[in-house]
Order: sequence, then C-alpha cells, then structure tokens
Amino acid sequence: MNTHESIGGTVPARLLARTLGLGLFLTLGGPAAAQQHAGQYDQVDIEYGAQIFAQRCVVCHGERGDLLPQANLRSGTYRNASSDRELSRVLTDGVPNTAMVPTGYTGSELTALVAYLRNITTYDPSAGSVALGDPARGRELAEGAGGCIYCHRIGAEGPRFAPALTNVGARLSAATIRRILLDPTGAMLPASRPVRVVTEDGEVIVGRRLNEDTFTVQLITQDERLVALDKTALREYAIGTESAMQPYGEIFDEAELADLLAWLLTLQGFQR
Amino acid sequence: MNAHRSTAFAAAPEVPALPDSLLDAACRTTLGAPILLVALAAGAQVTSDQLVDAAVTPENWLTYSGTYLSQRHTTLDRITPDNVDELELKWVFQAASLEAFEATPLVVDGIMYLTEAPNTAIALDASTGRVFWRYQYDPSTEARPCCGRVNRGLAILGDKVFMATIDAELIAIDATSGQPAWQTTVADPSLGYAMTLAPLAIDDKVIVGVAGGEYGIRGFISAYDVDTGEEVWRFYTIPGPGEPGHETWEDGGDAWMNGGASVWLTGSYDPELNLTYWGIGNPGPDWNPAQRPGDNLYSDSVVALDADTGELVWHFQFTPGDPYDYDSVQIPVLVDLATEDIASEKLMLWANRNGFFYVLDRTNGEFIRGEPFVHVNWASGLDESGRPIETPQGPEAVTYPGVQGGTNWYSPSYSPNTELFYVTVWENYGTVFRPVEVEYQPGRVFGGGTLGGPIPGAANLPGFGLQPVNNWTDEVGNGAIHALDPRTGEQVWRFPTTDISHSGILTTATDVLFTGSREGYFYALDARDGTLLWRERLGGHGMNGPMSYALDGEQYVAIAMGMGLFVYGLPE
Repeated sequence: MNTHESIGGTVPARLLARTLGLGLFLTLGGPAAAQQHAGQYDQVDIEYGAQIFAQRCVVCHGERGDLLPQANLRSGTYRNASSDRELSRVLTDGVPNTAMVPTGYTGSELTALVAYLRNITTYDPSAGSVALGDPARGRELAEGAGGCIYCHRIGAEGPRFAPALTNVGARLSAATIRRILLDPTGAMLPASRPVRVVTEDGEVIVGRRLNEDTFTVQLITQDERLVALDKTALREYAIGTESAMQPYGEIFDEAELADLLAWLLTLQGFQR
Repeated sequence: MNAHRSTAFAAAPEVPALPDSLLDAACRTTLGAPILLVALAAGAQVTSDQLVDAAVTPENWLTYSGTYLSQRHTTLDRITPDNVDELELKWVFQAASLEAFEATPLVVDGIMYLTEAPNTAIALDASTGRVFWRYQYDPSTEARPCCGRVNRGLAILGDKVFMATIDAELIAIDATSGQPAWQTTVADPSLGYAMTLAPLAIDDKVIVGVAGGEYGIRGFISAYDVDTGEEVWRFYTIPGPGEPGHETWEDGGDAWMNGGASVWLTGSYDPELNLTYWGIGNPGPDWNPAQRPGDNLYSDSVVALDADTGELVWHFQFTPGDPYDYDSVQIPVLVDLATEDIASEKLMLWANRNGFFYVLDRTNGEFIRGEPFVHVNWASGLDESGRPIETPQGPEAVTYPGVQGGTNWYSPSYSPNTELFYVTVWENYGTVFRPVEVEYQPGRVFGGGTLGGPIPGAANLPGFGLQPVNNWTDEVGNGAIHALDPRTGEQVWRFPTTDISHSGILTTATDVLFTGSREGYFYALDARDGTLLWRERLGGHGMNGPMSYALDGEQYVAIAMGMGLFVYGLPE
C-alpha cells in the first residue's frame, strides 16, 4: 500500500514546503551516551561548546580550563565522571559542596560542552569559530534570503505546516542543525515525510505526516488542519522522500551558514 | 458474577474437607458463606500431572506459554474466524504500576494469577477482574535490571504460585491466602543479577534463570524445592575451568567469569524425555568480542538439561562469539510433527534473534534446517551443522538484523492445526555496531560499545518506549507477523505492520491468531492465510502475549496493552 516515491512534482512547491525533519539526536541513552573518545565529536559542537565555556565556565576554571588544581579540565580525567553521560550529569547537577552549582543547560548545550571538554587540549580558541557566526546577521538571513520564517513558526508567529523552530536551539545539537541545513532530505525523519492522499471520493489531501500506524495516518495539512485518515479507505496513498526544504549550502556561503546556525541556536523556547 | 457464585455453590458438596488453614484464610478475608465458597475455588491444587497434561484442560492456562510444549496455542474453539468480529470487552484490570506490563496471566479453575511490575502478585476473579488478594514485594534498591523493572508472570504448582523478582529473589506465595510461604535468594542484585521471567515448575521443583547479561554476570539456571525453597541443582551457562566448553573462552584469563549468558525467558519441558530446554542470552561485553575470543559457550545457545539433576544433555549454539547482542532467549517451541524428510518427529522450532529460523531435533540437538526469515547480512547462511557462515560488516556498515534482532522475547506460537509457526518480526531493521574496550566493574554496565542507526541523526532505536508517535518507520524498519513452515523453513504468509511490535502471539484450534502491537491494536488474523479478521484499538503498548481460558464453557482471550489487562469474549 505504501508507495515510497517522490511526490514533489505533483504538489505545489509551496504546499510541500518545509518538511524539515527535526532529526532527533537520540541514540541509545541519549546524546552523551555514545562518544568515549575524540574523533566522534563534531567540530561544530566543539566550537559551540567553546563559546559556552567562554561565557559560563572561565570565571572559575580559567580560559584554559586549568585554573583549579583540584579540577583541572585539561588533565583528561575527571574526578566525578568518566563517561560522557556522567560528564553531562555533573554539568547538569553540579558537584555538591563546591562552587560547581546545578545548571540549566539544554541538551544541545550539554552536547557542545562535552564535545569541547573532550577536545580542550587540542582546540585553539584564538582561531575563532568557523561554524558559528553572528546571530543578528543570521536572523536577517532567516527573514530575508533564507526565507525560513515563511514556513516555520517561531513562538506565536508564523505558519504551522512545517515543524516549529521555537526551541530548535535547545532540542537539537549544533551539529544536527547544521546537518539539516546542508542536507534536509537526508536528515528528515521518516515520520515527517510529505504525504499525498486521494480519498475514495476524489479529494486530494497533501500534508506532513505526524503519525502513522498499520491502519491509519495522521497529517497536518497546508492549511493547518489536523487530519486523520483510514488508510484502508483511500484511493491513493503516497509518501514522499524528498524534503521540500532547500539545501542551504546551495544558496549560502560558509559565513552565511555560520550566521544562520548561530541564530538558530538562540531559539531556546519561550522561557529559560 | 452471580452465575459464577452459583457454580461455586454447586461444586461445594464435592469438596470433602475444609482444611483449617484454608478456613482461617477465607474467614480472615471474606464475609459470609457464598464468598467463602468462591475462596474455596482459589485453593485448588495444581498437581505436576496436571501441568504435564495441561493441554487437556484448555479452560486453564497453567504455565507462561500455556503448556510445557510452549506452543501458546489453545484448543478452545468457541471463537472462530466467523465470529471473532463479535468479540466484546468483558472486563479490564488496570495495573497500579506504570512500568511495562509484560506478564502473561495464569488461570486455574476460574482464578487468574498475574503480576504487575515490578513484583506484585495478584489473584483475581477471571470472570470479573475483581481482586482477591495482592502480594506486593518491594525489591531491593540494589536491583538494576537493564531494561525496565518488569516481570513476566508466575508459575503454579501445588498450593503455591512462584514469583522471580528483579532483585533475584524467588518467592513462593500461598495461592489462596496471598501470603508468602518461603523466599530464597537466588543471586546478588548489586552485581547486576536480576530475574524478570516467569518460573517453570516441574515435578517437585521450580526452575528459574538469571538476567544481567549487560552487567558482566555469570549466568545460571537453578531449581528449587517447591516445599522448602532449597536449591536442588544449578547449571552454570558458562562452564568453569575443567568443564567441557570452558575452552571456548579462549582468552585463558577470566573473561568467562563475567561473560554474561543470562536467562530471562521461561524454558520448555518434554516430559517423555525429561528434558527441560532453555534459551541462553548474549556473551558479555555485549558488543566487543575482542575481549572474549572464542565461541563463548553456552551463550546464544539452547541447552537441554535433565530436569531432575540439571545436567547438560545437549546444547546447540546459534551465534558463536556473538558481537551483536543476539540473545537466544526465545521460547523453545516443542512440536511433534511427522515429515517425510526428517527422521525424528520430536522437533524444536526457534526463530532466533539472529534472523534465522531453526528446526532442531529435540532428542539430541541435531540441526535439521535453518533459513533466514528477515534480511540477514552478518552471515551468508548456515553450514550442515547449523553453524553460521559469518560475513561481518565493516566499521560503520549496517548489520542486519539490528541489535534488537529479527525477533526477540515476544512469544511465538505454533498451531498443530495449520502445522505453521508464527512469530513477531522486525523487518529491514539494522544497526551500526561500534565496539569499545570496556573494563569490568562489579555491578556496572558492561556493554563494550555503542550503537548507531542506519540513517545518521535519525532516531534509530525503538527501545521500550511507550510513545504514541511512531517516529522510526520506513527505511529504519517495520514490523510483521510471519507464518513459517517447519517442513521447509519458508515463509507461508506475512502481515506487515507500520510500527514494530513487542507483542507475542496466540493461536487457536479454530485458526484464529491473536496478537497485540506497539501501535495500540489488539487484532486477529486468519492463521491459514494472514487475512485480517478483527481489530480493536486499545491505545496502549502491547508487551505481553495474548492467552485464552474458559469459564462455564465460554472462551475468553486476554491481552495486556498499556497499563491494562483487557479480557474479551463473545456476547452472551
């Protein structure tokens, strides 16, 4: 029944717009469960982590991370953590009876800080960030040539057909967001694929898949309706595999991409 | 309810004498004569002969898989392909626990015995779902089961039910009063030992195995005296120095001491051969075989043990030196089937987590055939002895089936009527395995690697979540029910589903197949051709296997979905 084909040609481009798959970064046990050694950390996350470190950590730990002899972050080992997951927990919960207090880091911030700490001895902060630019310029791009806001909702503003960007900077790591920008189709979650349906009485419904099971499918349509359909009573049912979002590497250069990413990372939800 | 009470009344004159203890128990908990007599039914004894002959009392469901042969098949025939769409909900039991509901209930003469997670045993009226008693055991906080504080149900023998706990205690509970009769420590939970399975009662013993394959345990199966709780025998699933098979731990060091080989599903039993069969879990560390070179017996094997002594009679290993966590704990399904090209009629059918469907001779463990039932790329096939011809995939390549396997712990079914084997399958599901050196630390996870999905960045593991949104479909895999022919190893039909499933399967003498799903459906297929007959939307995650029983000649089917046990029957 499921015909997995591109349906981009049969649907107005605007309608199919923005099936940005908010690629969940969960692997077994979450983002920090995996990496145990260098090489698995994305440069984007390392740079983002360096930025956060410079803003939040240097007062106590120093610019190089070695100011506290009892907690030398350049030593390669940690008294209260060995795995990345444990390191994340220390970053979140703090260390009791020390100045290391609990924090409210988001998942993407934790991913970045862990990536930075694991590479703190080789990362050169004086080189500056390549992947992260100026968020203010990024916002101009999003509202201008990038066109992000014409499909994505942010807070209480914008259309609902594409996934909202309201808290994308908290939910997705810097590396994940960059991957989505460069390869929207490759990063699209299967669940978020565009769907085209022809009902038994001939009505054509196009939408973004929200959920599906063996017998039914749930969509959000271009005109922002939530629609549930019985798949056994459809004349046609096709799932597209192409994201309608353009690969931003084709229209922006690296500096512009860095600006856009920096802005997206500032989108942390309504409140923090 | 009234009808049930009057049945108990009618039966009352046949009860010879009322033991004082039973009278006490009944009087303490009930008021008035009619209810006392219902309590009498709860005191029914289950003899070991009844367990052997469980198939002749299909109104009862006496073991985890229905009978010792573990076919999860009922000979009850009131529900048929023609009337299954008339099924209606009779009652619901809502668990107080929010943990996964993986227990299969037992039913004995109108009384249902089940567990809810983590370790609460419950007796209830099988006609209404009203509870007679609850025995809540609070497991030690040292317990650290890898994958949820679950329990899959009870065993019954004599006047007791038996519960294996997640902190590795075995508890006998008086089936009438709900009070503990004895409790035995099986293993140390602080080292990662746990028990999640329903025990198996045979003769005068209750048999269990230990989970903990992700914590560097040394697995074992052990038997306990049903009256005293004393250990009668123990079979280590990893042979020690000097024992046959120890040489398959080739490092020469102590890898065998922390080599896993856990046991977390209930075994089967052939009374004629007096052999009890158990599936053994993965070697540890799970994903880094470099730390434990060799075949690692008896990990990923089936072992046939003398039920009296626990001595190993034969073994068959499915996945030697396993790097993929292909636990072989699946239910051993015992089948008597006369075929032209197989000398033995006493077979064992096994759809393995490693993606192959095996037919073995259960008298001696000889390999008869094995065919892949899903996409398999870790092996190109099996040689004449059943050993896999391995084709390891390179670094960052996707291995099929993935870490959760082509199937896993969901109970399969065999129908003597159709002579087909039915199994819940994950199709087109793969994993990228990344081994990492890991040091054994007592009680800590001993996994030895990380996992990735076939689509970078996409959610890749279905896990055990109860989430209502299906976010891992299409290339990442899908579920299906497969009907497999043991005569050929070939698929006869398949019923594909969008999401994967953790639900087991029940078949009936009338060729109805029942199963649940993570999608929230309880549904019925025609066991002959896979046609959808009926579906009911229960909304929760199906994580046990359906079972069937009868009261006053009326057939019921029960399934746990979400946090509830739902019981269906035909209209009166």
